[in-house]
Amino acid sequence: MSPIYIPRRQFIRGAIATAAFGATSQLWVGCTEQSPTNTANTGSPNTAGSPTAALLTIGFIYVGPKDDFGYSQAHYEGEQAIAKLPSIKTVSEASVAETATVQETMLSMINQDKVSALFPTSFGYFDPHILKVAADNPKVQFFHCGGMYTEGKHPKNIGSYYGYIDEAEYIAGVVAGLTSKSGKLGFVAAKPIPQVVRNINSYTLGARSVNPKATVQVIFTGDWSVPVKEAEAANSMVDQGVDVLTCHVDSPKVVMETAEKRKIFCTGYHANQSKLAPNGYLTGAEWDWTSVYTQYMEWLKAGKSVTDGGIPHLLRGGLKEKFCKVSPFGSAVSAATKKEAETVMAKFMDGSMVIYAGEMKDNNGKVVIAKGKEYKQTDLDLEKMDWFVEGVIGSVKS
Amino acid sequence: MIAYQPLQNSYKHMINLRDRWRSTSENIFIPIGAVIASLVVFGIFCAMQGKNPLAIYGTIYQSAFGNSFSWQGTLIRSAPLMLTSLCTALPAMLGLTIIGNEGALIVGGLGAIAMGLAVASLPPVMVQMAMAMAGLIAGGLWIMFVGAIKYYRGVNETISSLLMNYIAIALLNTLVEGVMRDPSSLNKPSSFPLTAVNMLQSIPNSRVHYGLIYGLVACAIAYFLIQRTTFGFAVRTVGGNIRAAKIAGLPVGKLTLIVTFLGGSCAGLAGMVEVAAIHGSANASLNADYGYSGILVAFIARQNPLVAVLVAVLMGGILSSGSALQRSFGLPDATVLLFQGIVFLAILFSESLYGRLDFFKDREPEVKIDASASAV
Repeated sequence: MSPIYIPRRQFIRGAIATAAFGATSQLWVGCTEQSPTNTANTGSPNTAGSPTAALLTIGFIYVGPKDDFGYSQAHYEGEQAIAKLPSIKTVSEASVAETATVQETMLSMINQDKVSALFPTSFGYFDPHILKVAADNPKVQFFHCGGMYTEGKHPKNIGSYYGYIDEAEYIAGVVAGLTSKSGKLGFVAAKPIPQVVRNINSYTLGARSVNPKATVQVIFTGDWSVPVKEAEAANSMVDQGVDVLTCHVDSPKVVMETAEKRKIFCTGYHANQSKLAPNGYLTGAEWDWTSVYTQYMEWLKAGKSVTDGGIPHLLRGGLKEKFCKVSPFGSAVSAATKKEAETVMAKFMDGSMVIYAGEMKDNNGKVVIAKGKEYKQTDLDLEKMDWFVEGVIGSVKS
Repeated sequence: MIAYQPLQNSYKHMINLRDRWRSTSENIFIPIGAVIASLVVFGIFCAMQGKNPLAIYGTIYQSAFGNSFSWQGTLIRSAPLMLTSLCTALPAMLGLTIIGNEGALIVGGLGAIAMGLAVASLPPVMVQMAMAMAGLIAGGLWIMFVGAIKYYRGVNETISSLLMNYIAIALLNTLVEGVMRDPSSLNKPSSFPLTAVNMLQSIPNSRVHYGLIYGLVACAIAYFLIQRTTFGFAVRTVGGNIRAAKIAGLPVGKLTLIVTFLGGSCAGLAGMVEVAAIHGSANASLNADYGYSGILVAFIARQNPLVAVLVAVLMGGILSSGSALQRSFGLPDATVLLFQGIVFLAILFSESLYGRLDFFKDREPEVKIDASASAV
């Protein structure tokens, strides 16, 4: 008898199982074939003869997967756009948690991939991770998406950028208000932080500008990515008569798919989710990082640096400055709605649109913006928003 | 035909290592064999994705254990796992399966930050000791509650500790976004931060913080306590046969409370380390699944605290290499989860080989027979 006795039939069964496991792994593992983004642009045709600027390596770090149909995907689309530029090489890593791991990732990108600039894209990376690594590596530039940079308090090699995507949410609200039959809109939100509250308010103001009786019901799931709670919140709102859903979570995938399953309308966020809801997708508020990143690349290639102020520390903008955009309209949007949305868009583009102007009451009846007072989008008071405008069903404290 | 006499079990306690080397080496070679087998399977997977497996192996080794920079990265990732694994390993000696490491970590972190802010005016060493105490006690009480309701009310400790995790996460979110909130932490709700001097420092000349030392010391103490003291012997007896222990008069209730407190306090200390060494404040990032990874480490290490150190380092290495695989080969971010799963499945499957392979069965030491001996 051999040392290990395995019956022949068991052995054959095991071999078939292993082979099936291996052969079908491509189907159930959920890996999408990612073409490595670190292929250098060799032989770029823009220069004949001598090479121009040295190859710049730029690092990107995402908190979620690159194909989450949400926040990380929006940044990834920006990265893909600049990876095509001549003499730019990008390296990236996805699903990096907001803990010591992101510091490790940044350090290996600096030491092993020799990046000249890093774009850690999640808001939570800033304090303490970016601050620590930036202080230890003054030669590398760090660009954080979130607008947190404070002159004098933070290391000089950090720059901030953020977009006023609530402008796009306003237009999405206009389209939702005109398309909704019941006048009830639903918003699945993660946490009651100022950025989220501002999006909810802008959406509501947009909807009520075309339908003064529209209401927006808000449910907070408590965290940035809790698919089960998002689905539950979406379903419960549909059961209560909501017929347009939207959300502010890291990945709107679940809410969009739930809306499509329940045969109602939806508007997207972060990125374009029309593929997930071909019938119900009206429009969406999307980031447009391509133009922002291209601008940063032009500055970096010209040798400018954020450390001495050559690149501005704070970069912000809305629809007009191409920091965000509105998704192409879906098939369910009527021609009249499109016209109305385009009129509002024109107002944003020529700078005449003011979303937050007095007199504005919150949903408890209290006056939060006095009559005659107007807030520009860049106004810092809006960054502390902790009230819901009239028409929102929900509380900031929940 | 078996050509040797397999060793009778009754003789095992009398022979020395020279005769026991086969069964001892079983505990070393089978896990190593499992890791090698998992590397082969992972290599096949990568080959099917179109990547060169040998290059992949090279990258895994380089990024996990190749140079000082990689080693530090691996140790940083494994430090919290050593502590959280004890929250499962210690009660397992009692026969309890506790998976509340995440909750104990979070509660320990909350206790540590509350203490750190309350006594911030004391000298830094005292502040850190106070924070460690607060973390230990908070985490310990959390799991002791699980042990208490198990002993006095018969509530299944696995389910109760798992559900307590969710309570702890909800508590963290409520406090950090409510009462403990720092108003200037607008879009990332956090508690007030610790001052820089009060934070846990790094080991000189490296990036690794002192939490690693805490983990190593805690695992050493846990091993010594369970394997070399009478208290530990009592614990193992309860774990082996609780009725026999009760008949022998062991205080099972007290032992349950003490051991669950100790286990929870280790995870609570991990929470304190996260707050004091990495974040500097308590916020939702405390909820980083270190607890759940600790359960994995404890089970793979078969509840042995010293082996848990090695398994934690292995896991830190796998996580480090996952990072490099994404960047160098463009493999998707789920690859590291796949690799982790293959390694752990291989190790778990290999458990069925213990005691089955003839090579590792001890043989009876040979007895020389004198030619002049008679058969009488």
